[in-house]
This record gives sequence, C-alpha cells and structure tokens, in this order.
Amino acid sequence: MSVKKKFKGLSDKAVGWLFIGPTVLLLLAINIYPLVYAIKMSFTNFYANKIGREPQFVGLKNYIKVLNKEAIWEKMQVTASFMFWTLLLQAIIGLGLALLLNRKFKGNELLTTLIVLPMMLSPAVVGVFWTYLYNPQVGLFNYVVNFFYDLGSFDMIGSSTLAPWAIVIVDTWMWTPFTMLICLAGLRSVPNYLYEAAEVDRASKWQQFIYITLPSVLPFLLLALLFRGIENFKMFDMVVELTSGGPGSATELASINLKREAFEKWKTGYSSAFAVILFVTIFGFGNVYVKVMNKIKER
Amino acid sequence: MILLFVSLFSFSVNSNAKSITLGWAAWDPANALQELTKEFTAETGIEVNFEFVPWPNFADRMLNELNNKGKTFDLLIGDSQWIGAGAVYGHYVKLNDFFDKEGISMSDFSPATVYAYSTWPKGSENYYALPAMGDALAWAYRKDWFDRPELKSEFKKKHGYDLGVPANWNQLHDMCSFFQGREIDGQKRYGAAINTERGSEGITMGVTAAMYAWGMEYENPNKPYDMEGYFNSPQAVEAVEFYRKLYEDCAPPGHSDAYMVANLDAYKSGQVAFQMNWYAFWPGVSKEDSGGRVSGFFANPKQNVAAATLGGQGISVVKYSDKQDLALEYIKWFARPDVQQKWWDLGGYSCHNDVLNSPSFPTSTVYAQGFLDSMGIVKDFWQEPTFVELMLPMQEAIHDYVVNGKGTAKGALDKIIEEWVEVFEADGKL
Repeated sequence: MSVKKKFKGLSDKAVGWLFIGPTVLLLLAINIYPLVYAIKMSFTNFYANKIGREPQFVGLKNYIKVLNKEAIWEKMQVTASFMFWTLLLQAIIGLGLALLLNRKFKGNELLTTLIVLPMMLSPAVVGVFWTYLYNPQVGLFNYVVNFFYDLGSFDMIGSSTLAPWAIVIVDTWMWTPFTMLICLAGLRSVPNYLYEAAEVDRASKWQQFIYITLPSVLPFLLLALLFRGIENFKMFDMVVELTSGGPGSATELASINLKREAFEKWKTGYSSAFAVILFVTIFGFGNVYVKVMNKIKER
Repeated sequence: MILLFVSLFSFSVNSNAKSITLGWAAWDPANALQELTKEFTAETGIEVNFEFVPWPNFADRMLNELNNKGKTFDLLIGDSQWIGAGAVYGHYVKLNDFFDKEGISMSDFSPATVYAYSTWPKGSENYYALPAMGDALAWAYRKDWFDRPELKSEFKKKHGYDLGVPANWNQLHDMCSFFQGREIDGQKRYGAAINTERGSEGITMGVTAAMYAWGMEYENPNKPYDMEGYFNSPQAVEAVEFYRKLYEDCAPPGHSDAYMVANLDAYKSGQVAFQMNWYAFWPGVSKEDSGGRVSGFFANPKQNVAAATLGGQGISVVKYSDKQDLALEYIKWFARPDVQQKWWDLGGYSCHNDVLNSPSFPTSTVYAQGFLDSMGIVKDFWQEPTFVELMLPMQEAIHDYVVNGKGTAKGALDKIIEEWVEVFEADGKL
C-alpha cells in the first residue's frame, strides 16, 4: 500500500494532531513533566546529591522557609531593582533610538546594524569583556567617565553602590536594540495620513508625538518590555560572568541564588519550592501585564 | 565493505579498552602530569586521556559528574574537601585492599597529606585517594624591588626593621602598604594581590590563611560541630578584620573578585609587590621571571601560631568507572618513588617521603623549603560531605564584609555559624 493511500483517510483533526503531536510531546517531556516533578519535590526534603537517602514529605515547610528567609527577600529586591532600571532605561533609550532611526538620513541602515550588534553577542561573552571595560586601571569605561568628569579611579564591580549600576548599564547596552527594533516596527506601521491630518489641524510636533506616535507605538513598546521583563527576571549568565553576584550579595539576583541552592548546595526540595514561587510570581505578573496591555490596545 | 567496518569497529573497541580518562583542574601541574604520564603509557601501553577543567568550573563540573554517577572519568584528582562526599556517597573506590595487595604504604607519604587527601573519616585508616599533589597557600614577592638600596633604607627609616620576608602579618601589612601607590620605574605599583573571589572558594581560602595564623579553630576539639566561641572567637574576628584592612590598604584597584589567575596576572604584569597563591604556581612564576623581575617565596606568615591554608589533591578511582583495573594500575605506577621524584622534577608537588626527605630537596628550588615548612603547618576547611553547602555561606558573608564593607567581622562569622548549624542539622550531625 502506498504512503499516499495510507494517509488518504485521515481526518483534518487527525492531521492536525499529527502536526502538533511532536511539539506537544516535547513540551510535555521538557517543560510540563519537570514542572510537575519540581512541584512534587518542593514538598520534600530531597537532596539530589545524597545518594540513597529517600526524600521525605515535609508539607509546606520549604515554602515557609523560603518566604521567611530574609536573604531571599534581599535577592528579590535586587532583582526588582535590576528589572525596574533596565526596563525603564531600555524603554526610554529604545524608543528614542527608534524615533531617530525612523527618519530618513544617509547611513541609516548602517547605523541600525551597528546598534543592533550588542544583542547578537552571547551574554556570557558580554559579561567577560565588560569586566575588562570596567577595570579601574586599564578599562575604557573609567577612562571615558574621567575624560568628561574627573572622578579618579573607581571600581564599578567592586563597590556595592556601583555594582548594581554596572549590571544595569551592561544589560541596557545589550538589550536596548531589541526594544528599539520592536518600537521601530510600531513606528513604521503608523499610517502617514494621520500626521498629514494633524499638520492640517496645525498640531505641533509635540502634540503629534503625544496623540499619534506614542499611542500607536505603546502596544509594541509594552510587548518588548514584557519580553525583556521575563528575560531579566531569569537573568543569570551575564551577571555571573560580570560580578558573580558580588560584591557580597549586592548583585545576586534571584536566579543566581536559585542556581546556587539547587546545583551547588543541592538543596533540591528547598530550591524546587523557591523555583515554584518564582514561577508563580512571573506567571502572575505576566498575566496581569498582558491584561493591562490588551486594555491599552483596545483603547 | 562490511569487513572494513567490522575491523575499524573492533580497532576502536580495542583502543578504548586500553585507555583511561583522568580529570583534573586546568593549571600548570596538570601539564606536568600529562608529560609524566607519557612514561606510564610507554611502560604499560595504556593510553591516558586528560580532561582539564578551568578552576572556576572545576568543582561544579566534577561534582555534577559524580552525583550523576558519570563514567567520563576513571581517575579523578579531586580537591581535599571532596574526600568526605567521595567516601560517604560512594563516589570513590576504597583503596585499602589495593594498597595492601600492591604493598603501597601510606606511611611512605607525608602524614599531613595522607590525613588531608586520603582519609575519611578524618584520621581513620580508610583510604579513598593517594596523595597526588601537595599544596598550600603561600606568598611570592618582588625580591628585585626588596633589594633596592633606596627602598630598603626608606622602609627601615619608616618602620625600624629591614624590608624582607615578613615575620608576621603585621609586617606583611607594613610592607604591602609601603608599596601601595608607589611609583617604581615610572609605573604605579600596589601592595598585594590577595584572594577576593566570590563565586567558588577564593576569598575563603584567603581569609582562612589569616584566621589560621591567628589561631582560629572551626569547632570545639572536645565537642564536634560546636562552633560558637571557636570559629567566631576574638582571634578569628581580629583576623577577618585584618584581612579587610589588607584588602583596603594594599590591593590594586579592581581586585575585588580575584583568585589564582587574577593574582598571577597582577603579579606578572608588575602591578604588585606581593601575591598570595598556591605553591602549584611557583614553578611557573620562577621560570617566567624576566625583565628584571626576581621572585622570592615564603610560607604563610605566622601571627599567634604558624599555620597555612591547605590546598592540593589526592588521586581517586571513580566508582562508576568500567576500567577500575586500569585506573588502579595507574595509581600503582604513580605511587612508585622514582615516578614521584620525576613528578617533583617536572613541577608537580610530590607528597612522597623519599622525595621530601631527600637531603637535596630543600635546595632543589627556591620555594622547596617554604613548601616543606608549609606542609608541616597546614589546616583545611571542612571536609564534610556537605562542604559546598558550608563553603558558599562563608564566601558570601566574608565577601560582603571584606570587599563590600558591609557589617562587622563578628556579624559575618556569626552569620556563617548560623548557616553551618542549619547544614549540620539537615545532615543529621547536630
């Protein structure tokens, strides 16, 4: 029997399942199953490195421990601060660059390519080379800052005041192009006749920006920030390479702490509870955010 | 075609059957071992493949491999602190029967290294490794700068004693701060490159060099795991405060997350007068002295007591290996006194008494006497199976105090004890 004949009798539904089947299977194997397993583990005192020791059910103990631990809240604060500043800066600079590149000028395409380059690099590589840029003795960053304002030698990575800014600067440098590209797509979708009508109505450039450009580009910007927010909540590699979470714990984000608890201390049960809490947090915030975004779109 | 395939396949199986894989950290001694091992292959026909992992990832990579019962390695040169986990969780093969059968006696090796690298429980006669690489934290200094008459007289005038190998940590601080910010040969120099690394074990290895010298004990010798008043004793607090002072007054700018390689780089590039590092690096440093640089070496200075932070590793057979017999053959060969002598000659640090007690040993290199001195006074971090859980809180709390300048030394040590109690309780030790 030919293959053609064999599949001839399949219904549309069956063909549909045939197409999505592999994806669903993969999703179940590498996303859903680990999630369910982690939830199960979060109620036990399991240590993955303690071979032969059977995990025991401990109820909500791990959750209570995570939520009552002062250090965890410190990491969450560090993460929140990192997210706030990176998203704010990326929104402002990204939108600004998009507005700039939306104009037609010589070299526009070359400039766009150059601006987009940082986001094509590996975060770990970015982390490593920024440690050199931040070096107080030979780093370019200190040199540039001192060129404009003589601050003397300062250590961006070694100071607990400056280190959080060090990671914000690098993330902003790397990911602003992403926000810019999404905003640029939004700007290019605004029909020209709206501006022509505004001109006829003698609207100023500022009014055109406030009443036409911003509302049109806002859903795009919010979408970009949603992606960046989720990514930065999970930020790990770049920060580990740059500061290792230090000095002390000044830049130890929740994800870095989670990795240490799970794969260095091997507190599998405890870290599963922490992971579930982080998942619920990001899932909850994400849902609220999407609802707000949809409402803005509907206006 | 089929015959060709079968013959190729059988060749590959045969060649695999006569090869083993050894895992270690990627550093100078590993290259020396690779060189030495050529003789083993020539003698036995057993190929040895090496997998060297950079230090920052070494513990993660190896411990994950062991926890997952991986078969990548047949032999592992693991850190001294891993011996507890290796024995308790069954990652390492117990070597007592093998040693008895082959006539390998642990009394042929330096007692401090046998205790530190081979035994679990500590002090017992259960051996899970052969001492492979003796090591301790020590210091290198710019002897060429120290010998300059103008610097010598200026230092003596300022401090009332000679510029030279520091007799204690106070003198070390005097000397380091003497060089801090000083211009030598038209370049700005700094005092000392000390361990400040946050991610793995760096700052702990550094600060304990001071804490041991001040007389810190981890626990009550009569009541195991009772740390209150020992680990946070006034002497221990003073040592941690001193380490912070050393960092603030003497470290080069930007030296806030530095360990072995960063210390070496700072020293080799001529930034600093002193570097804290492991003996393992001294052959390289000594060999690479150039451009007028002459290096001197000395053991960790004493303060209240003579003590040094233990480094080094033992070589173990991995329980999950399918080639344990070949791996044991390697250990048998490596334990031979003539091989141990070659190991030292190539830049490895032998722990064999025949090598260490040889009359020519102390003068065989400029750092040999320091090594002998250090190995007699070494102290190690916890070697418990939970050592990583014990290490991480110390890394964080000490880095927070020393580099970040947050809180007090006493507060940092109290916080560490709090975390350690939790770890020992979870492990059923308390």
